[in-house]
Amino acid sequence: MIPAEFDYQCPSSVDEAIRMLADAGEDAKVLAGGQSLIPVLRMRLAAPSVLIDLSALTELTGVRDDGDSLLIGAMTTHYEVQRDHLVHEHARLLFAATNTVADPQVRHRGTFGGSLAHADPAGDLLAPVLALDAVMIIAGPNGRREVPAAEFFVDYFTTALAPDELLLDVRVPKCSGWGAHYEKLNRVAQAWSIVAVAAAVQVSGGAITQARVGLTNMGSTPVRARAVEDALVGQPATPEAINAAAERAAEGTSVGDDYKENLARVLCGRALTSAVTA
Amino acid sequence: MHISVNVDGVRHADEVEPRMLLVHYLRERLGKTGTVVGCDTSNCGACTVHLDGHSVKSCSVLAVQANGHDITTIEGLARDGKLHPVQEAFHANHALQCGFCTPGMIMQAIDLIADDPSPDDEAVRKGLEGNLCRCTGYQNIVRAVQDAAHRMRPGAGPDAERVQDEARAHHVVGGE
Repeated sequence: MIPAEFDYQCPSSVDEAIRMLADAGEDAKVLAGGQSLIPVLRMRLAAPSVLIDLSALTELTGVRDDGDSLLIGAMTTHYEVQRDHLVHEHARLLFAATNTVADPQVRHRGTFGGSLAHADPAGDLLAPVLALDAVMIIAGPNGRREVPAAEFFVDYFTTALAPDELLLDVRVPKCSGWGAHYEKLNRVAQAWSIVAVAAAVQVSGGAITQARVGLTNMGSTPVRARAVEDALVGQPATPEAINAAAERAAEGTSVGDDYKENLARVLCGRALTSAVTA
Repeated sequence: MHISVNVDGVRHADEVEPRMLLVHYLRERLGKTGTVVGCDTSNCGACTVHLDGHSVKSCSVLAVQANGHDITTIEGLARDGKLHPVQEAFHANHALQCGFCTPGMIMQAIDLIADDPSPDDEAVRKGLEGNLCRCTGYQNIVRAVQDAAHRMRPGAGPDAERVQDEARAHHVVGGE
């Protein structure tokens, strides 16, 4: 099928994009890489009257060093994230998760910010962003505001973004020298995660000093596995301690699905085991 | 909307509806039917082309998004009547059964060899993750990609496939 008719607008600045969004009303859609949106348009699951393409906003592309954090432009493609040395050095969890997104063709077009704003709970970048305590930098008609990841993901495909707001950058606190791993279970190539676990740990002198764990597709939003984190901190980085902590991975989730809860525990154990040796 | 796109080394200027998909522009407007549509879900990768040297699924790109960019399709690979080394390798290794996935497989294989000039079995399979062969003929496809990588080493890359207008014009004048 082909998409329903729409008007196509290609703003050349963030301010112009915000004006276009405000003028178009709630029926407008923002086009980033289009790797989720265009299939949805083609299947006519959505039929916006206006599409606002951000591809000319080059200021939203790239990864910048901002002291204690990285600033990742919303229009940075997955392919660019995969190859960025700052991400390799300071946000390995993001690197690990990005490597598993869809397939190479999709990673060439799909964007970091687009995935987050789309907010599919099975999307692979939401749990790492939540686990890393990232902050969304958002622009709207009344200026800019910052929203922590924990408040950004509201429900299935729903974020804190208002219809006339735009995600500009994501501030990701550096976790330099941490071990990290993204463990994902999907049935066939390029399928969405049934469940996945994002884990980053700081190990010092054989003991776990800090831990961050996020769960993919264990609810309508990504979920932080706080019980696992609390159980890990101060423990030796041993299989026993990791397995004991991983047992608590499904605590606080509400999917009500034994299979997925079991997956969360098993994948959490694998993710942590890889993370402490990474 | 007016667009100007360089496709297989030739610039095309056209008026298109914003909702027109790149794959439909290539097939229906330019007659480049070598790029095929295999699914309606963005899964199969049969419509893979290169946009500025990187593989994309042309069913998931709007024609207007290609405005001002370079597109290479399977039809732009052969040079002076000679197949591209990846096409040669697919032929030599019998890496096709029904052949429908082949254009996309070849375009993605070129991309993956550009990123990894000497891919092992696992890297080939991972690199072709976005391309489905309904005949399940993957064994020979993996062999062909490794053979192609061998034929193209060292230093295969997106530049190797770029066809310039001059080269093409020369070919038309001087070739048979």
